[in-house]
Amino acid sequence: MTVESDVLVVGGGLAGATAALSAAREGASVRLVSHKDSTLRQASGLIDALGYVPPSRAAGDAGPGSDPTLDPTAGRTGALAERRPDPEGPLPNPFERVDALPDGHPYRLVGADAIRAGLALFDEVVGDLYRGGHTERNALLPTAGGTVKPTARYPASMAAGLASDDAPALIVGFESLPEYDARQLAARLRAAGVPFPVAGVEVAFPGEFRDDARVTRLAGALDRNEALGGDGTSRTGTPAREALADAVEPHLDAVGADGDGSDGKTAARVGFPAMLGDERAAAVRADLADRLGAEVFELPGGPPSIPGLRLEDRLFDALDEAGVRIETGNPVVGRELDEEGRIAHVLVDRKGREIPYAADAFVLATGGAVGKGIDSDREGVREPVLGCHVPHPEDRYEWFVDDAFGDQPYARFGVAADEALRPLGADGTVQYPNVRVAGATLGGADVAREKSASGVSLATGVVAGRGAAAVALDGTNGTDDAAGDTTEEHE
Amino acid sequence: MTDDISENDDRESPAPGVPRLGSDEQPAVYLDAEADAASGDRNGDGAPATDGGTSAEGSSAASAPNPDPDPDPDAYDPVDVFEGGDLDLREGADSCYKCTTCDTSCPVAEVDDEFPGPKFQGPEQWRLKRKEDAEIDDSITSCSNCMRCDSACPSSVPLSQMHNEARGEFVERQMSKLSREYVRNRILSNYRFFASIASKAPRLANAATKIPGAMWLAEKTLGVTSEREFPEFAEQTFREWWRERGGAAVENPDKRVAYFHGCYSNYNTPEVGKAMVRVFEHYGYEVMVPPQKCSGTPMFANGMLSDARRAAETNVEHLVEAIGEGADVIASCTSCSLSLRQEYPELFDIHGIEDLSENTFEALEYLRIYEDVEADVADAEVDDGAFAYHAPCHARNQGLDRQALETFRELDGAAIEDVGDSCSGISGTYGWKAEKYDVSMEIGADMFEHMEDAEGETGMTECPTCAMQMEHGTGYEVEHPLQLLERALVEGS
Repeated sequence: MTVESDVLVVGGGLAGATAALSAAREGASVRLVSHKDSTLRQASGLIDALGYVPPSRAAGDAGPGSDPTLDPTAGRTGALAERRPDPEGPLPNPFERVDALPDGHPYRLVGADAIRAGLALFDEVVGDLYRGGHTERNALLPTAGGTVKPTARYPASMAAGLASDDAPALIVGFESLPEYDARQLAARLRAAGVPFPVAGVEVAFPGEFRDDARVTRLAGALDRNEALGGDGTSRTGTPAREALADAVEPHLDAVGADGDGSDGKTAARVGFPAMLGDERAAAVRADLADRLGAEVFELPGGPPSIPGLRLEDRLFDALDEAGVRIETGNPVVGRELDEEGRIAHVLVDRKGREIPYAADAFVLATGGAVGKGIDSDREGVREPVLGCHVPHPEDRYEWFVDDAFGDQPYARFGVAADEALRPLGADGTVQYPNVRVAGATLGGADVAREKSASGVSLATGVVAGRGAAAVALDGTNGTDDAAGDTTEEHE
Repeated sequence: MTDDISENDDRESPAPGVPRLGSDEQPAVYLDAEADAASGDRNGDGAPATDGGTSAEGSSAASAPNPDPDPDPDAYDPVDVFEGGDLDLREGADSCYKCTTCDTSCPVAEVDDEFPGPKFQGPEQWRLKRKEDAEIDDSITSCSNCMRCDSACPSSVPLSQMHNEARGEFVERQMSKLSREYVRNRILSNYRFFASIASKAPRLANAATKIPGAMWLAEKTLGVTSEREFPEFAEQTFREWWRERGGAAVENPDKRVAYFHGCYSNYNTPEVGKAMVRVFEHYGYEVMVPPQKCSGTPMFANGMLSDARRAAETNVEHLVEAIGEGADVIASCTSCSLSLRQEYPELFDIHGIEDLSENTFEALEYLRIYEDVEADVADAEVDDGAFAYHAPCHARNQGLDRQALETFRELDGAAIEDVGDSCSGISGTYGWKAEKYDVSMEIGADMFEHMEDAEGETGMTECPTCAMQMEHGTGYEVEHPLQLLERALVEGS
């Protein structure tokens, strides 16, 4: 007796959750195994599809010799960052430029319609938690880094922050939070050419919290509207939301006062670090907006990310409702094959004992180099869970270029796949017919430069999940489905 | 056919992407020269991260570094917890990239503004104390050892191992053995010792804790909170019942399990242990009940590593013997199973301890692996109504936090509702300490609220101290999943 299901998904991030949900909706019994708590809490909460098409050696669209970063050793011979070609973008529409991406990019494998399918599933699951589903066009959102990011979907909590709006904005930072300095952030937004007057102000978060209080602690105080006391001032006992509004209110007229050229405008919207409440986030924003007489928005930032946690909660609730079995805490450490070369089961390390988990089909969504789904050392680059082939140059000095922001080969390292997202071995043939690969584990995308990470996870998650369900439910062996046929013709 | 990934055959780490020990690993700096010399060949022979690699018999006064300036020989029994060097935690400290995800998962940091959180207690403190004059910050005693940071860390930093080590060092080196806190913690963490006495006369013991003023006295003299009612001792312990029953009712050399009942199922809730026996016998298992002591969970949480090690030696000896007779070890308490599986091999090097770790399971977990429990439950029927289920923190990093929900999903006559992923707040002995009681209840507030919102008026959890807290906060009766499983499979058939 082993643990069995129709489909087993390895990985609990956006790609794994999407694949599990897609497979369950096809009628398959699905089990999702995740080594650790979902990495969605590390995600900003923005759902990017495609923001830029960076010049790449694979695309060749920069023309031979025009991009010095194409030469791995160029950085050692002199300055090159100034000569690096600009990426195309920000793209107004992510779907229209999929064809401009290099061959082998996950979007080229699954096509623009898969991105649409991924976003449609996402929209349905997140409901009113998110905005942006009304159009195919990208939205532009200011981030905690002071950049303006093209993105396909954004949390409702960030909607009032749209960079395309010309309403004057005040950015509030908290002295105790290292997330950003509001004055610097406002200056960076102005430098980026945003069409609205913007100023930044740093205030002390009211109440007596430790100097390095966690964002979850402060978010909880706002969520529960705790009475803040103990600081010996008239503030004692003031509910957290009121106290925060009181701290910000005197600065609403600061917009225009610190050199942006506009004179003395009152902020029509106020941006905060992404920590305005948890379960009652909408009420926290409404309360603050009411007291300030201005709209309130959050700025997406790095981990630990409360918008990411909110998304994680929503996605896992949807998995639960769909009947997906979820197991978090134990890693998948290996696999065993049947006589036809298919994966018969994977081995889950349950604190020392390796337990076989059998399934008809498997989805590999363990993340990329950052998420540890792709591993490397001086000897090579590998996919450690199923042992999928990861194409990479033998000489590790060819894995990178010296220009930090250039076309880094390692950024595209990952499992190569066919159009059905079956992993391809070193000889270019399907390595495991009953496996589908999704998300950052797939090679070919440079998601940081493209602003495509979430879209890749959603699009490939849907295709992988549906494909795995088809293998399990139709009894196909994974080699004669429609996608497989086209691939063979393609080759 | 087995086809391991050949490139990975030599990888010892079960966690993909976690670096192995750095070649520049240095012995811990705070050790005295003698101990340093003893551990000097550590890099050379590639000895794993251990507590020194010798048995308790090997301990001696000479090997105990920095003799305590104020030892009370009666209360303090030094063993070799730190002999031969610190645990080798360099790779864990190096793996931390400061994302602070652990801090956001910490239930204590969420409510206690004085607590700096697991990232500090783990990797940062580990680095700080490598300076010779750095002491362990006393905030380590505010860590409740819920171990949520372990499953939150995306980089496999062994946070709870670091906390256990720091807490052990704090208690051994910096805490006065005559202080009320030390004595109180020693008593709380040696619950089994006192429970074994109390259970000789359970009625008297139960009555004693209800004498007006008894708990007040306990708070005033020992710092044990008077807010809680002391758990009732059963009139017949599980082991007494087992003996009276004549031991196993099923003999089966091919399907054997050794039951680690722990203290609470033995002295306080023998019905959980009986349910375990009946359910496993229903599936044809021969149940063995080897001699055993406390799993060590409360001792780890109080930094009493010497006590934990002594108990571990007994447990390893008897449980490994059962494993030799073909048994897997089954615990019904998720903290016991976690201790045997994770903390034992992380903190101690006792012959056989890895075997014990590899062969230990939680009861429901084991059945779900080897028997088709879900299908059997789907065919069964009970008359129970709704349960408000709380997943213990220690179930989480064993991957067991959803097992009860999934097992009973198709059961007619019972509905299990998850009351959310918050911590119950009691964390074993933590919520019994007078100065931690308020924090404990504040952490538990979320769970109490969700339990009240849930349809069921009966609670369910695998952890006996979570059950105490659930009962304390809501007044609900609380059951173990094995008890419902017994009604569904054994009584119904």
